[in-house]
Formats: sequence, structure tokens, C-alpha cells
Amino acid sequence: MEILMSVTTGVLFMIGTYMILSRNLLRIILGTSLLTHGVHLLLLTMSRLKTGVAPIWSEDIGAYVDPLPQALILTSIVINFGVTAFFFVLAYRAYQENKTDDMEQLRGGDDE
Amino acid sequence: MSNLTIIPLLIPLTTGALLVFFRNQRIWLRVISLISVFLNVAVSLYLAYQVYHKGIFTLNMGGWAPPYGIVFVADMFAMILVVTTTIIGAACLIYAFATVEEEKERHYFYVFYQFLLVGVIGSFMTGDIFNLFVCFEVMLISSYALIVLGGKKRQLRESLKYLLINIVSSAMFVTSIAYLYGVTGTLNMAHLSVRVAEAGQGGMMTLVAILFLFVFGMKAGLFLFFWLPGSYTVPSPVVTALFGALLTKVGIYAIIRTFTLIFYHDPGITHTFIGILAALTMLLGVIGALAYRDVNRILVYNIVAGVGFIVFGLAIANQSSLEGAIYYLTHDMVAKALLFLLGGIITAAAGTDKLSKMGGMIKEYPLIGWLFLLTTISLVGVPPLSGFIGKLLIVQGGLEGGWYWTTGISLLMSLLVLLSLIRVFLQVFWSDNLHRVKPPQPLKLNAGLVTPVLGLGLLVILIGVCAQWLYPYVSMAAEVLMKPELYIEAVLKE
Repeated sequence: MEILMSVTTGVLFMIGTYMILSRNLLRIILGTSLLTHGVHLLLLTMSRLKTGVAPIWSEDIGAYVDPLPQALILTSIVINFGVTAFFFVLAYRAYQENKTDDMEQLRGGDDE
Repeated sequence: MSNLTIIPLLIPLTTGALLVFFRNQRIWLRVISLISVFLNVAVSLYLAYQVYHKGIFTLNMGGWAPPYGIVFVADMFAMILVVTTTIIGAACLIYAFATVEEEKERHYFYVFYQFLLVGVIGSFMTGDIFNLFVCFEVMLISSYALIVLGGKKRQLRESLKYLLINIVSSAMFVTSIAYLYGVTGTLNMAHLSVRVAEAGQGGMMTLVAILFLFVFGMKAGLFLFFWLPGSYTVPSPVVTALFGALLTKVGIYAIIRTFTLIFYHDPGITHTFIGILAALTMLLGVIGALAYRDVNRILVYNIVAGVGFIVFGLAIANQSSLEGAIYYLTHDMVAKALLFLLGGIITAAAGTDKLSKMGGMIKEYPLIGWLFLLTTISLVGVPPLSGFIGKLLIVQGGLEGGWYWTTGISLLMSLLVLLSLIRVFLQVFWSDNLHRVKPPQPLKLNAGLVTPVLGLGLLVILIGVCAQWLYPYVSMAAEVLMKPELYIEAVLKE
């Protein structure tokens, strides 16, 4: 299972990087989103996937799943959700002002 | 264990939340934020004084003992930076009163300002590496808002890139935390230090260390500074001053903290690598500063050169170089804030940022001119001023540690910084430029513009003159960096 998760993480990283490197702004934003999903899966995999039951205390259970990565992922998801939403709004505003979503044309020079 | 530890963090946090409700009352916005920043200066000075006498302060959030809960740690290094941050926060706020448009004020400028301070101070004081990520994000999200506030074409365009760079490096940050957690099974920085020391810093650990260096280097503008000149030149001068003085320094702080507390076992690889990056950063920074002909870009490239120099102090990693790095970090925060505030006045007074269209301003603005010269010679490290001690200690440490080449580069960098800034000074203030373009209305210097630059200018002199009195504090901070067990003992004492 860990191997499958690692491969998935790798694939997500790969697609994310590819999309970030493209010229279209929307693709870039979706790319960052995929990249972060990859990171979250990596975080989950890093603490071993299933080593026990859910971390609710009870006397007759010995092994628990490590709850910490899930807390971390939750925090990271919330932050990423906010930032992505902001990024979309910013992209829309920038598109309205600059009349383009092509990063090649948003390069900008010293001639302004 | 004391609740006092997080008061410097709570004051801007509550103020920021409170200010949301005063959106349309400009007077209240200003009064409340002013009281808050000065209160915070007083509180952090008091806390620093307490730390000096009683040792490191910690606070376990929610009563969870480390390594399980999040812990906030006020050691001397963090406190020196917190005090400097609050002072700069106060100076820039007064400058903001005089320069920020009403439109921006109504769109929560002061709210984001306070939250930016929360993020910066939180990053300095946290003792948990994931919490460091959260504080980074608090700081970055406020900075996204501040950089784009105003919504000009160019601002929007550069904000996109700034946002993208930071999202990617934040993703890398969480990746490195994931690897670190996978290897060590803890997130508390003191506990991490213990675990890494027990298990030894093998290849895997060094790899994680380099990943962290990449992440923090991106934020600090260490070698990976390609995003910095574009983004830092678009917002209003007060925001640039705040970013230049605080944001990159948080990255430097994180590099220094992780590489003195956690990854200090294999300096042959990590510290040599950091040293090379620092040397390249210094060189590329001054080349940039010499290459451009507009004031903003010259000043922004000077940030980069400064970053290289401070991180070089870490790469040497002996007592005197770390003292020098702390000293120079403090000086650089104050001097860069001052430099950008002056730069803001200069560009506003000239109505342009092109050097070729400026000249002869010493007649109209003598005070600004002399303050600019003062900042320049202080950045170069002329003795009675603040830059001297830090430079002296780092150079001394570099020669002790056998870093002859890099020390040479750092001295060359000082000269070139002098050249780049003195060129601005000569052109803007002394030259009889025939092509000078005068703005339709001359800028009136009011108290809001002059007070902060005078205050910071005085501070630049005082940090240099009172070095003897400040030295015990800096020495104490460097001692904790040199001996991680002091930090560990204070955090994990129970």
C-alpha cells in the first residue's frame, strides 16, 4: 500500500510540476493545487498508513494510528484552500487588467 | 514557563482582529494601531530584559508538555529580532499614516499590517517546525494582500509571480517536514535536535537539511532571489520597507535556527554549501545593484547582498561569526527599513524612480540627503555606526575559520555596495542634472515622513555607539546558538 501511495505522490508531483511550467494561468493554479495534494499524500504516507485502529483511547486496544500527520494535513489543506481561492481571484483581476492569461506576455520589462 | 512569552504575538493579533470593525473610522484605525505597536515595543523590551536575567522563557500551548504540544520559546536570539521587528513596525506605521491612501486604509491595510507582524513575530518565537510553517503562511498571506493592495496593472502581474513562487516553496516546506517527520517522528525543534543527535546525521538527514535550505533560501532570497526584484518594487514604499526589513530576515532566521539547532553535525557538507551560496548571493546582489539605473531596483538588490553577508556569518559557525551575524542581522533590518523609507521619500519628491531624471535635491531636502548618506556609510560598515561591529565580527570569524576567499568576497561586496549607493547619493542629491524632471507639486515633508526616518537614523547611530552595552545580549544569543543543549534543556526541562 505504501508503495502505491508513493507512486501516486510521485505522479501528482510530476503532473503538478508539468502544469506549473505551462503558460496558461489556469493550468498553473491547478498545477499548484495538484502539487499540494501530492504533498499531503506524502505526509500521510510518511507515518505508515495503517498500523492500528483510529486514535480514540480505549483500554483494550494496543496499537493506534499516529494522529499527528492527519492534524498537519488538515491545517495544510485549510491554508491551501484559502490561498488557492485567493490565487483564482487574483488571476481573474489580473486577467481583467492585463487582458491576457498567458504568462509569456505577463513577463514585464523595464519599458513601462 | 510564563504567559508573558506570547504577549508580543497576541498584541498584534488582537489588534488586527479589532481593526476589522473600524474599517471606516480612519482616526480609530490609526489610534488603535499606534497604541498597539508602541505597547508591543514596550512589552518585547521588557520580555527581552527578563530573558536576559532569568534565562530562556517557554510556554506550552494548552498545557501540553513538549514534545507533544506546540511550544513557544523566547530565547535571546528570538527576542533581539522580536524587539527589532516591533521597533521597525512602529516606525513604518507612522510613515504609513503619511503615505498610504485613504482607499487602501479602508481596504484593511492596517489589519494586514498587524497580521504580517503576527506572522513575523510568531516565526521568531515558535519552537515547533510545523508551527513555523503556519506562522510563515500567516505572514505570507498578509504579504499577498499588502503587495496587491492598490490593484495597479503592474502590481497584479508581479503579485501573480510572487504568489506562485511562495505556494511552490510552501509545498516544498511541507514536503521537507514530511520527510523529517518520517525519519525522526517528532516536530518539536528541541526534540528534533535530540533525535538527530542520537541517530546521527546520515545521508538522509543531510538531504532533508538541504531541502530545508532550499525552502528557507527561497524565502530569504539566498541565491534563489530571482523573484525578489520584481515583486519588491511594485507595492508602496512603506510595504517594500517592511518586506525588505522583515520578510527576508524571517527566512534567514529560519536558516540560522535550523542549522544551529538541528542540522549542525555535518558542517563539511551543509555549511560549506551554505558558504558557497552566500558568496554567490553577495556577488550577484551587488552586480544587480550596480547594473540598474532606477532607485528602487538598486535598493532591492542591496537586500540580496545583505542576505548573503548574514548567511555567510552562519556558514562560518563559530562564536564570533554568529555574534556578528546576529549583530549584522539587527543592523540590516533597521538600516534596510530606513533605506527604503528614504527611497520612498526620494521617489515621491522626484516623481520618478529613474536616476537619469533626478538631481540637485540636497537644496530642497538636506535632511533626507544626509540621512541617506548616513545609511549608506552605516551599511558599508564605517566605525561609529551600526554596520561596523557586525562586519568586524564576521570578518574576524571568517579569518579564524579559514574562509579566506569568502571573507575577501564579502569585503569586496562592501566596497561595491558603497559604490552603488554613493552613486545614488551623488546623482540624486549633488548633481546638476539638466534633464531633471520636476514634479508639478513639490513634496511637503511633514512629521509623518520625518519622524520615522529620524528615529531609525538615530537607532542606526545608537546601535553602533552603544555596542558595548548591547554586546552581552548578542553574546548570550550567540551562546545559545553555539550550544544547542541550552535551548533543548530549556524546552524539554520537565
